[in-house]
Amino acid sequence: MIPALGLLVGLAAGLFLHPTVPLALQPYLPIAVIAALDAVFGGVRAVLDGIFNDKVFVVSFLSNVVVAAFIVFLGDQLGVGSQLSTGVVVVLGIRIFSNVASIRRHLFRA
Amino acid sequence: MSPTDPSPTAPDTDEDSFVWQRLALMARPRATKANALAALLAILLGFAVATQVRQTQVLGLESLRQSELVTILDNTTLLSARLDQNARELQATRDELISGSTSGAAALTAAQERLDTLRVLAGTAQAHGPGIRMTINDPGAKVTAPLLLDAIEELRDAGAEAIQVGSARVVASSYFGQAGSGVEIDGTTVTNPYVILAIGDPQTLSSAMEIPGGLSENVRQLGATITTNQSTDLVVGALHTLREPRYARPVP
Repeated sequence: MIPALGLLVGLAAGLFLHPTVPLALQPYLPIAVIAALDAVFGGVRAVLDGIFNDKVFVVSFLSNVVVAAFIVFLGDQLGVGSQLSTGVVVVLGIRIFSNVASIRRHLFRA
Repeated sequence: MSPTDPSPTAPDTDEDSFVWQRLALMARPRATKANALAALLAILLGFAVATQVRQTQVLGLESLRQSELVTILDNTTLLSARLDQNARELQATRDELISGSTSGAAALTAAQERLDTLRVLAGTAQAHGPGIRMTINDPGAKVTAPLLLDAIEELRDAGAEAIQVGSARVVASSYFGQAGSGVEIDGTTVTNPYVILAIGDPQTLSSAMEIPGGLSENVRQLGATITTNQSTDLVVGALHTLREPRYARPVP
């Protein structure tokens, strides 16, 4: 409940504070967001599987974000930044879909 | 549910409620350090999502990658080249149209000039310009049509462009005939004194009249008098009436 409220608070803050993304972070923020979403859905799935662990969630969240950003950074350095971003988004998207499918089966038996 | 779904076909209602209970249990506020951390991460996530959405809405060129910028530049260059080509074609068309209209005007001017020339030659228009005025006073009625015709030929030879004898305009088809004491030119009878107007170079025309064995000498031998006046601007005002040719047709 508290993390869900935190999400709403963060959304509101982002909408009302009008922050600007630093130029250096601009390529990494979208990928980091996707990675974080993946971690969140993985966490919810873990809750429903009964194997949720706070520490694992926090660590996976942070490592997801950092690794995704690092991959994109590495891709930019190698000159394949846009392709690697696409690849990361595809992989994370697939993971999010499979997590959501698992959550759906748990909750609705469908 | 897909046919390959491994879920049991007869769901256990106990397990169903168990799942929801577990969710509710997790969602219940707990004052643990990990929960607070998770909340912090959630706040960060929400913040990042909102920021990114806003950023995407005001997306400018500066947030694009080099390859994307190159693609955009390529597209723009291509479009610009295409538009350049278009502009060139349209300009060429415009130039063509303009030159077409000016050449049309030039053709009209040329046609008008040609018409003026032909009207002077055909005697249907009055003409003015430098020339000579000759008066032959012939009290003894010795001047004949051949003599006048000779005079006309002399004038033409000297470059006369428009000739009038008395009130008759002399053109290519004019005929000369004897009519009593006078001379008939194209049905018009001209009598003494004969006044001949000729437009051309006055000096040349006068000299042509004065050459030995020329008009002046012949006229004087006949006992008549001739006076020649040079003029810088005289008017040949008599007109010749055109007849439609009955037989001659232009070759197309």
